[in-house]
Amino acid sequence: MASEITAITMPKFGLAMTEGKIAGWMVAPGAKVQAGEELVDIETSKITNAFESPVSGTLRRQVAPNGETLPVGALIAVVADASVPDAEIDAFITRFQSEFSEASGPAEAAGASADPVLVTVGTHTLRVHELGGGDATPLVLVHGFGGDLKNWMFNHAALSHARRVIAFDLPGHGGSSKDVGPGTLRFFADVTAQLLDHLNLSRVHVMGHSLGGGVALTLARDVPQRVASLSLIAPAGLGTQINMAFINGFIEADRARAMQDVLKCLVHDKSLIGRRMVDDVLRYKRLDGVQAALRTVAAACFPDGRQGDDLRDVLEATQIPATLMWGAADEILPATQGDGLLPDSAHHGFVDIGHMPQLECASDVNGIVGTFLERHDG
Amino acid sequence: MSKKSFRQAINEAMRLEMRRDPNVIIMGEDVAGGRGGSAGIKDAWGGVLGVTRGLLEEFGEERVLDTPITEASYIGAAAGAAMTGLRPVAELMFVDFVGCCLDQIMNQTAKFRYMFGGKARTPLVIRAMYGAGFNAAAQHSQALYPLFTHIPGLKVVIPSSPYEAKGLLIEAIRDDDPVIFLENKVMYDEEEDVPDEAYTIPFGEANLTREGADVTIVAFGRMVGLANQAADRLERQGIGCTVIDPRTTSPLDRDTILECVADTGRLVIVDESSPRCNMATDIAALVAEEAFDALRAPIRRVVPPHTPVPFATALESLYLPSVEKIEAAVTSVMNTRVTEKA
Repeated sequence: MASEITAITMPKFGLAMTEGKIAGWMVAPGAKVQAGEELVDIETSKITNAFESPVSGTLRRQVAPNGETLPVGALIAVVADASVPDAEIDAFITRFQSEFSEASGPAEAAGASADPVLVTVGTHTLRVHELGGGDATPLVLVHGFGGDLKNWMFNHAALSHARRVIAFDLPGHGGSSKDVGPGTLRFFADVTAQLLDHLNLSRVHVMGHSLGGGVALTLARDVPQRVASLSLIAPAGLGTQINMAFINGFIEADRARAMQDVLKCLVHDKSLIGRRMVDDVLRYKRLDGVQAALRTVAAACFPDGRQGDDLRDVLEATQIPATLMWGAADEILPATQGDGLLPDSAHHGFVDIGHMPQLECASDVNGIVGTFLERHDG
Repeated sequence: MSKKSFRQAINEAMRLEMRRDPNVIIMGEDVAGGRGGSAGIKDAWGGVLGVTRGLLEEFGEERVLDTPITEASYIGAAAGAAMTGLRPVAELMFVDFVGCCLDQIMNQTAKFRYMFGGKARTPLVIRAMYGAGFNAAAQHSQALYPLFTHIPGLKVVIPSSPYEAKGLLIEAIRDDDPVIFLENKVMYDEEEDVPDEAYTIPFGEANLTREGADVTIVAFGRMVGLANQAADRLERQGIGCTVIDPRTTSPLDRDTILECVADTGRLVIVDESSPRCNMATDIAALVAEEAFDALRAPIRRVVPPHTPVPFATALESLYLPSVEKIEAAVTSVMNTRVTEKA
């Protein structure tokens, strides 16, 4: 036990991240730390996120000081029991550093995940990114309006320890083809079911965010035998109200300044919406066909400025186990739309969190969903 | 999405627009160059640096017009074709050759909309390569974008990377006004991720390629890459730079420049065109007029000397702005301070 030393390495948040900056240590050297306790803030070119200790022990060394930028996989700290001699810690660091610098490239050294692939499903080309493995029931992630699989950058890898986790871009979104057919929730649910066929998945857990939550509920309604459980984050379909200023603003904005203002509606901590994130969204928005696709989806799903689909009775009708997560400061879909749907034990509200808890309080979401999925495997 | 060179990105922009709109045509000297050789290849060269390769094969001689070496005639013809509803992309090869067809551009193309009371549209793109560093000597190395920027009625685009080039060229082809699209000839082999689909980048919106609190650097075309390198080096020394790529000199995104200078209080402008009446003087004047009270140090320009571009390699590299020169300029504005008079 005394000889167990854990390397804390620069995490990889999402596909594009190759390096990160130590934005601020939250645990002092020599202090005790629990598994899951926030250890350090990591700043990427897109966003800053708290990184949690994977183990309990004593933070023996901060190898990387505040302000230092390091590649993904590089050693930033060492956690071990207080009884491990300093000499052993030093030897561990020396060994790690020499092995790390010998590795071909920083991203590869960190065991970088396979890239997303393009998959043809019916008449659509979908960008699909799969992580993890194992026998547990796979999990499929369905993003929201205007989003893409990168919305799960803080969740995808974290949830993939025990199972395959498949994130994909809905038609009209991200790197998928831009034809959205009628643009309805049923259309997106059909495409999702076709993707499951393509991947030979008979039954999966589904996590959906916002419009993707509505897609997940529609899939559960239409093919309940294929849905093992539903993890719903601020899902569509539970009320009529929706912030159309956001929807229309997102469709119309073609300049960085306008888009930044629109995207700020998504989060409670407005500083999360940096220039790089805005650039990323604009790169998508500029593609031919995107604006038309989003208009079609908005017209189909939010006719007359209200949500057109009522999916409140799906859970009771199908008896599919579900967990519901919602930021109390959601500016897109009011958190009250989730009231009365599930028992308190399965309904998680987050104070001072906006429409994207999976981004703003990723660790809470990952913890809730990880436990929930384990309970409903098989 | 895959890595594409500056050359491929520009080729792809023309190819996608020619597929999308039968009114888009290509014309210019050697755009289908190398015909008639023994290899039987229709356009073995595809332009002097291979940018239009394959377009003749796909679109045929009616839409890819290899013109005689007569800039005045084919640029004039392109302007006329644009007025009839075609969308020509005319290649001037080296921008230095504009001397042979300036009347067609300055007095005709640029003035049509104004002279015809707003009733004429001239959806013409003139592509040309510019810039020193290619060892092409004084008559093939100039960076003449200030000349075009000076003429009302023209839009002037200077892409700084493959991604930018593709989106800006598609925007240029779809624009209903004459657009001068200038490609730095040293950049054709630079690569980055470029989407396979068509996309457009709007004119008149600057791109921030770096963000920092201490100094604003405005740079154009290839200079953006050098400014980014300088900014990265300076960050390691604790100096934060915001790098602005205006993308288009006409229209110019004045707001972004002024906002960034208001934040940093220091301005360095990197411009590889001749130093008198160039973009650096233009932006220095803008900031001196509109943001004088924000300045905490004199404005610095990193520009070449007022001479023809030298042919000798050593002199040519000395002539051009460099990462080191940008770093030195930033350091100097960090060390000087405007003091208030008592």
